[in-house]
Order: sequence, then C-alpha cells, then structure tokens
Amino acid sequence: MTSADLVPGRGASRRRARVERVVFLGPGIGYLIAFMAIPVLLILSLTIFKRGRFGGVVYQPTIENFIRAFDPIYLSVLGNSLVIASITTVLALALGYPTAYGIAKLAPKWRTIALIAVVLPFWTNFLIRTYAWIVLLNSEGPINKSLVGAGLIHQPLELLYTRGAVVAGLLYAYIPLMILPLYASIERLDPQLREAAANLGASPWRTFRDVTLPLTLPGAIIGSIFVFVPSMGNFIIPELLGGGKTVMVGNLIRDQFLKARDWPFGAVLALALIMFLVALFALQSWVTRRLNGGGRT
Amino acid sequence: MTTQGDVLVSIQRIARRFGDVVALDDVSIDIRDNEFFALLGPSGCGKTTLLRVLAGFEEPDAGQVLLGDTDLLALPPHRRPVNLMFQSYALFPHMSVERNVAYGLEREGTAKAEVRTRVGEVLETVGLSELAKRRPSQLSGGQRQRVALARAIVKRPRLLLLDEPLSALDRKVRAEMQLELKRLQHDVGITFVVVTHDQEEAMSMADRIAVMHEGTVQQVDSPVDLYQRPSNLFVAQFIGTSNLFAGDAVTGGIRFAGRTLPGVVVGEPISGASRLLVRPEDTVLVEPRDALLSGRVIETQFFGGVSTVAITVAGHDVPVLLTRQGAPSAVRDAEVHLSWDPAKAVVLSA
Repeated sequence: MTSADLVPGRGASRRRARVERVVFLGPGIGYLIAFMAIPVLLILSLTIFKRGRFGGVVYQPTIENFIRAFDPIYLSVLGNSLVIASITTVLALALGYPTAYGIAKLAPKWRTIALIAVVLPFWTNFLIRTYAWIVLLNSEGPINKSLVGAGLIHQPLELLYTRGAVVAGLLYAYIPLMILPLYASIERLDPQLREAAANLGASPWRTFRDVTLPLTLPGAIIGSIFVFVPSMGNFIIPELLGGGKTVMVGNLIRDQFLKARDWPFGAVLALALIMFLVALFALQSWVTRRLNGGGRT
Repeated sequence: MTTQGDVLVSIQRIARRFGDVVALDDVSIDIRDNEFFALLGPSGCGKTTLLRVLAGFEEPDAGQVLLGDTDLLALPPHRRPVNLMFQSYALFPHMSVERNVAYGLEREGTAKAEVRTRVGEVLETVGLSELAKRRPSQLSGGQRQRVALARAIVKRPRLLLLDEPLSALDRKVRAEMQLELKRLQHDVGITFVVVTHDQEEAMSMADRIAVMHEGTVQQVDSPVDLYQRPSNLFVAQFIGTSNLFAGDAVTGGIRFAGRTLPGVVVGEPISGASRLLVRPEDTVLVEPRDALLSGRVIETQFFGGVSTVAITVAGHDVPVLLTRQGAPSAVRDAEVHLSWDPAKAVVLSA
C-alpha cells in the first residue's frame, strides 16, 4: 500500500487527473495519429523500396533512393529552397518585429483593430490571393503600368516569374504568422523591466538590446519557424509566381509523386525535408530553454 | 557619514492629472541629504506617481524638482542620478543575480575589475554572495528583494527610491528587513525615499514622513510629531489609534456634553466644529473627583505586554479606548472615570 492510498481523496484526485488528461488530449492526439502519423509513416516506409517501371512500388529493399538524393541537382534544389525560405523569414522578421512592437504599444481598442487587420488576408482563399499577385506583378499590371506612366521606366520590369516574386508571395502569405507570436511575447513583457533598465542608466536603444530583444526572442523564434516551415515546403507560390523556373523542394516532392510517379524517391525527399525541420524545432526548443533561465521558471 | 540637514531634493509645486483624476495636486516637499524619508498614504493618494516623477517615468503637468542645483525633470530617466527599487523588483529574468547587479555599473562604463569588486561587495552586504550565479527564478521572495536592493544601491546614487519595498514579503521577514534597510541606509549614507501604505513600516524606519491623501501633502514631520501633533483630522485618524471627541472649539479645549474637554491647539487658532484627539495610552483612569468623563467598561483585552479597555461614554457614539502597560485596570461593566494630560490632547478642525 502506498502512502497515497492512505490519504483518502489523494489517490482519487490523481486518478481524476489521469482521466482528465485522456479526455482533453485524447481526441486531438487520436486525430493526429490516424490522419497524420500513420499516412506519413506509410509514405516513409516506401523509401527503402524500388519504383515500378510505370509508377507504383516494387517491394524490393534498396538504398538507391537515398544515394540519389545526394545528387547535386537535388541538393541544389534543397539549397535553393533553403535560401528562399531564409530570405523570406529574415524579411518577415525585419518587417514583423516593428509591426508587432507598434501594435503592442497601441491603445487596447486600436490593438484589436490592428490584429484583425493582420489576420484579415486569411479570410480570403489562398489561391485567389496568389493569383492577385500575378495580376499585380505582370508586365501589364498596375505596378509596371504606373511606373511606365510616371516615366520612371521605358520597358516594363520583369517582376513576375522571378525569385523575388516567390519571396514576395511567401512573405505576403506568411507574415501574419510572424506578427502574431511576436506580438504575444512583446505584449507580455513587463514594462517595468524596461523602466528598470532605464533607471540603471541604459539608453532606449541599449534597453531594447539588453532587455526587450532577448526577452522577446522566443516569440521571434516561434514566428520564424511558423514562416520558415511552410515557406520551405510550399509548391504553389513557386509555381504560380516563379513560373516553374524557381523549383523548390516542395515542387520537387510534388513532381515525384504526381508527375514522375516515383513514390519511393519522393518519399526520400519528403523524409529529408521532415528531418531538416525536426532538427530546426530541436534547435528552437534548446535556444528557448536556455533563454528562459535554466528551465525553472 | 555626511551631516543630515541640507536639502538634497526640492520638489516644488508638482501637479499631475490623469483625465479627471488628480494624482498630484500642488505637491511641495523638501527632502534632506542623507535622511530616510517616507511617503505614506492610502492607495491612490499619489505617492507612487510622485516616485515615478522623481525616477522620470512620469512627467508632471506643472512644477519642478531640483536635485542639488540640477533640474531633475530636464534629464531623461537613464541620466538621472536616482535609482529605484521596484515594488515587483523587476529583476531581469534572463540574467544571473551577479549580472543583474552589475548591469547599472556596466552602463556607467565602470572598468571590469571594479565592477567585479563592487558587485562582490554589495552582494556581501545583502548576504547573497553564494547565490551570485543563480537566476532570479531560482530565488525566494526575500532573496529577490535583496537582489533588487543590491542592484539599486551598487551605483551609489544620491537618491534611492523604494516603492513598497517590503510589501511582497511575509510578516516575519518584513520586520527583519525593516531593521536591515535602516542599518543599510545608515551604513551607505544614501538618501532613501520609501513609498509605503503601511504606517508602522514608515514610523519604524523613517526620519521624516510625508503623509499624503488624494494627491496632496497633509503633513511632513518626524514620526513622533506626526503621532503626537497631527496637523489635521486625516493625519490623526491615519496614524495610530485615536479617541476623537466632537464639539465646538473653545479656549483651552472643546465643548463636549455640557463641559469643556481640555486640549491644546497646534498652529492656527481653531473655531467652530472641532475634534479633540486623545491617544489611548494618554487616557487614564482616575478618582471620580478628578474625572473629565465617566463611562462604563464594555470590554477588556489583554495582549501580554499591554491591555486595552473599551469604555462607552454618553454622547460619544464609538467606545473610548484606553491602553496601559500590563493587565487591564478595570473589569467589565464597571463604572469608570477618565482623564488625560491636557498638554497631550490636540484640538483639530473638523
């Protein structure tokens, strides 16, 4: 008999906590296992098999797919995706931080309005918004027309189907995911910490560097991951705004599954992307834990 | 230790309002060099706003503040030779105790070796040398309070502001820290201005106290004078326990229930409706022929060192309280007769 059993109530309340955990977490975890984990595992199990001549899978073990993934062609696609997703993330951070900071400093009423404005684009379909960018950027579009009309340029600029267009599209699509967690962490920051820094002789810039920035870094890291991950795997924006010239790893995976019908190799590429992102999350949680001061809070 | 007496901070006619709320209304206070000064008042009286004006986090609508010859209000917060110990302590959670304390010195551009020495010294002073490497989240409330104090005094400011420094601590630790703060102020020779709503805290620590109410200064005096010679009814009621008899002012006292209760007038002459303040420990039981008032005992309480007797007196709607050393001097329901030394009773304008 354990001591917990001797106290009436204690064992019961512990049992209740266990029941509550199952009730609250069960549905979500069950859903994720059934519709996320199992399909992903099924796809990943294909990595060690050969492809069929006309698509499909031949169940003969091989490591060929993994070797092929290290082909410079594919590595350069991965590298390209990395560069585009990184540029997008850095720009989102550079634009999102001042925006989030500004919103957090507004009067409560305006704060709500500003936050609604930030998420407003999500009310429209993602594809429609991306098509709108095609209209905006093409050689007959409003940007080129007004620049030509103002006499600033003679020839319409090549805006669409460039890497810049892809970055612009990704930035537009995902910047709210940067602003929201940043806003949350800036808003939560105790204003007295900034006052304390000023009181100890720190200039406003120094206060930002020593107090505001490090303490809102967890929000910045979460926002960066929220932007980086979908940017890295996105294949619609590179296709529509990059015109197929800018191939990202998302396009490559999609093409292996749907066009080349090489499911095993597509699975290897998907695995590579997943591994990369998992490593990123591990880094994020490590950095955040360090920032929060040795785990105990 | 420098001599106490010269004015260090001169607060002149400071006013601050927030919309319709007047937080500070024409506040003038002189704080002397090297004194332990308390701003005392109920919550919402403006004491914290005044502290924030001194630290530079609040800009007054009118008035000025001189620190020596410097116009304090012209300086941005980070240039003021004033340090503040925050009520919430506001320790930097991402820095160790040692780095929290060093932060102010580093901003001054103090040499590394000297920073290390001074941080070491001040941590020694507050008894936290062993915890230098810890983060604030790993400390108890009392320890955090010491870090906050160390961080505020390490720069040796001319003026140290303390916002409810002991309010987050439990009773026992608080009493200890009161003594320690007092000792520390004496040792480091810095002028302390402490904001508190706890009159015992202010009385036990401060050399002088400014009692504030609704944005105005009611009285600035030593604890003893505040207690014995309150200048108005608010101060009399706010500081300590009091028996207050209502009546019209007459020469040498007030008229109460057909007789004159004797007392003294401090300052301006008073006429019309007044109150007579007699402290419970100045109230004594006497023979019927010497009585100023008579009444019946309704309750006695014995606290060990002192005892209290509550007495109903005709014409006075709350019981008159009497305290004395030792055991109660009367029993319940006894008919008793009261008197006091007229020099210790104060006539106040109602």
